[in-house]
Amino acid sequence: MSCTTLFEQVLDPDNRANPYPLFAELRRQPVCRQEDGTYVVSTHAEIARLISDPRISSEDLPDPQKFRWTGHPITDLFVRPIRAEIRRRHQPFIFRDPPDHDRLRGLVMRAFSPERVRRMREETTDLTNELIEKFAGKARIDLVDDFSYPLPVTVICKLLGVPPEDEPQFQGWATQLATALEPNQRADAETQAKNEQCFTEISEFLRDLIAKKRDEPQDDILTDLANGSDSGDADTERMNDFDLVATAVLLLVAGHETTVNLITNSVLTLLRFPEHWQRLRDDSAIAPRLIEEMLRYEPPVQYRTRLAIADIPIAGVTIPKDAPVVLLLASGNRDPNRFADPDRFDPDRSDNRHLGFGGGLHYCVGAPLARIEAEVALVALAKRLNNPRLVEDPPPYRPGASLRGPRHLCLSFDGIAAG
Amino acid sequence: MSEAPSGAPERIVVVGASLAGLSAAHALRGEGFAGSLTLVGDERHAPYDRPPLSKQVLRGLFSPDTTLPRHPDLNAEFRLGTPASSLDLDARTVSLGDGTTLPYDRLLIATGTRARPWPKSDEASLDGVFTLRNRDDATKLSGRLKAGPRRVVLVGGGFIGFEVASTCRDLDIPVTVLVRDGQPLEAALGPRLGGLVGEIARERGVDLRLGAEIERMEAEGGRLTGVTLKGGERIEADIVVAAIGAVRNVEWLEGAGLAADEGGVLCDGYCRVLRQNGDIVPDVFAAGDIARWPNPHQDEALVAVEHWGNARAQAKAAARNMLAGPAAGLARHDHLPDFWSQQFGLTIKLVGLTEGADSLVIAHGSLEERRFVALYGREGRTVAAASIDSARWLPAYAAAIRERAPFPPISDAVDQPRLRIEEP
Amino acid sequence: MKVVVDLNRCQAYAQCIYAAPRHFVLQGREALVYDPSPDEAARAEIERAVQACPVRAITASPDPAGETK
Repeated sequence: MSCTTLFEQVLDPDNRANPYPLFAELRRQPVCRQEDGTYVVSTHAEIARLISDPRISSEDLPDPQKFRWTGHPITDLFVRPIRAEIRRRHQPFIFRDPPDHDRLRGLVMRAFSPERVRRMREETTDLTNELIEKFAGKARIDLVDDFSYPLPVTVICKLLGVPPEDEPQFQGWATQLATALEPNQRADAETQAKNEQCFTEISEFLRDLIAKKRDEPQDDILTDLANGSDSGDADTERMNDFDLVATAVLLLVAGHETTVNLITNSVLTLLRFPEHWQRLRDDSAIAPRLIEEMLRYEPPVQYRTRLAIADIPIAGVTIPKDAPVVLLLASGNRDPNRFADPDRFDPDRSDNRHLGFGGGLHYCVGAPLARIEAEVALVALAKRLNNPRLVEDPPPYRPGASLRGPRHLCLSFDGIAAG
Repeated sequence: MSEAPSGAPERIVVVGASLAGLSAAHALRGEGFAGSLTLVGDERHAPYDRPPLSKQVLRGLFSPDTTLPRHPDLNAEFRLGTPASSLDLDARTVSLGDGTTLPYDRLLIATGTRARPWPKSDEASLDGVFTLRNRDDATKLSGRLKAGPRRVVLVGGGFIGFEVASTCRDLDIPVTVLVRDGQPLEAALGPRLGGLVGEIARERGVDLRLGAEIERMEAEGGRLTGVTLKGGERIEADIVVAAIGAVRNVEWLEGAGLAADEGGVLCDGYCRVLRQNGDIVPDVFAAGDIARWPNPHQDEALVAVEHWGNARAQAKAAARNMLAGPAAGLARHDHLPDFWSQQFGLTIKLVGLTEGADSLVIAHGSLEERRFVALYGREGRTVAAASIDSARWLPAYAAAIRERAPFPPISDAVDQPRLRIEEP
Repeated sequence: MKVVVDLNRCQAYAQCIYAAPRHFVLQGREALVYDPSPDEAARAEIERAVQACPVRAITASPDPAGETK
């Protein structure tokens, strides 16, 4: 079977539950051209190389939002073009190259300080236990709706400084906007319209919130980003409002959907291999290795799309300038040339250089937070859920092929243990 | 036991208990060697890491104990504080300074280097004159820096000198650096980037003197009070640190019949040492600072690479080859030389060898920003890449160097200025 | 415990600084400074740092038997 057809199958929602056999076939041709001119890269060495290659750009991806007339001249001729231009110029840093990327990311990293992230461990622990308390008296839960979904949105809202009363609204926006981050899957007109509407709403909301953070600074990330620091260092300049809104939306969406999937995929995998669930229950110290192996085995972000800005000879092929490049991280993670027995879930493997958080300049900004959330959540679930079982395996998946994860994960269990 | 291929080693002796020696020991166990393993070290300390000595240890950040991690199942015997005194290839034994003799089936020579002493011995013995190579040196020097000297004079234009100078500035100690030949760090980075580091050092308050040498040191009651430069200028100082290179620890091999001299212990690309007549000694290997071997990244020129990364990589290659049966393929030591230095708040990294480079381009960032990747070319090929605070681009260029890509290897890249080829 | 970081490999991803902020510090943009001999009580944090390093540059071991700090 040609790899063109294979990647189409990867995108096909029918194959969402287990795309890994398709990846194994794809890896026979490490760098493979699709009919539309996209190059799919599926082996670890080639992905690792391209992810740090300066000829690979994160900018200038073809605009997926096709222009459609709404029939309102002012909207069509003025409002929307101006909005589109602002969005184009102020893409979040995930879609920018250096030096802009480095400047914006640097500002975020300063606000996303180790101390601030460390404090989230305790908050996350409390939130986790609150959510688990709500399982009391039930014999069955949907892990996604009852746990994986609410936890990260609350955590990111706290970090950013979104008032608790606005969290439900924020969660709705996050869910909707996650579809806009999904590459290679053209949203239908209705979804596009919803995304646009949603982006407008969240932008307005954030602009108001930023203004409040300037009037009444608080100890949170938005306050820091909105006000900059007064050390006079060029790196600590204030972010302009357009970049600030784009950044906040990115942190919300990227920090939410992916963590939902990390937690859900982890519970699913651990219940498929219950000896590891038991190990975690007995010894929470193994959590860090378990999570790294999870990021290899079932990464929440399966691939990223970039752009070649020069001809790149690699693995016997030349990726031509201007070709979109799909880095199939989840396939690189199962490459037998890099990982012994790659389809085995093995937290004890050494030198686990997985691609779960990407790599190079765009390495996941939220990785430290994701690790804390996953560790706290898994340790608590393993300790407190008595005899959990999967009700349906495989579970139903959300349509996204890149941000991949179950839509529901029904568990039955014999009550909860005290926290 | 008898199922092992004929000649499989039962006793392995590693002479040198530092980074290369310990790395080899770990690699031997990792490769499944279950026999007796002995590490011989002249210092009384268990294997420790040296790079922090000129930086955080001098500065007093964190613990001064840089003992290297050891696998709990390493199961090696350490003969510490007992230098090896001679080698008998025929008897297959190493004699130690305490009179004992160790028989071996395989031997690894990893005795490394020591600091080159200040050439005038009466000056070298003055209170206040230091070299910096080992842990005891660092402890003593660190104590003296804490006491708040009036001024420290560093002799030498290499990385250790500049790292110590940077530490002194962090501690707000006045410091003068004397570089005799050319620009600072010129041997590793070339005059252009070396000059830039010199400029950075000056901005951070280092009194940098190029083309400067000590004529004599002055002392009162055996204690250093200052130095007089050639040309007559006197500088008052309580401390001189001589960072003027290293001497290879080959004396113990005298008379053994190996091709060993001040340039190092000669070996082949598989870490097997050679006799003076060029024959391979099949059961004796060398790794780390002391080894000199044909480098595939420099047209098989014989080089010794005195860097941390090479010590680890060569130790691993040697370990594998020590255990390779006669039929098994030997592993070529083809590590691409690399090193890092931290000074004045910047991280300088280099991959490849700049020797003989005839061209230089800035591939990312700019010298003015003090954040860039610079590439070195020789005869149209890419031979090295240096970065300041831009390490994440280096792997792409390391791959180009390994492949001997045309120079410059990558154009039209992200965040890349128009490439201008200049002198290095 | 004993810790060593392969600083050739390190690319200042800073994950160790989040995992064990008392034992790993970034000075400037890329200069990683770390505690080579942290207390045994830091084991969980050090393990998190070892595991989180994207380039697997950190090696740690318990203090060798019979050796005290």
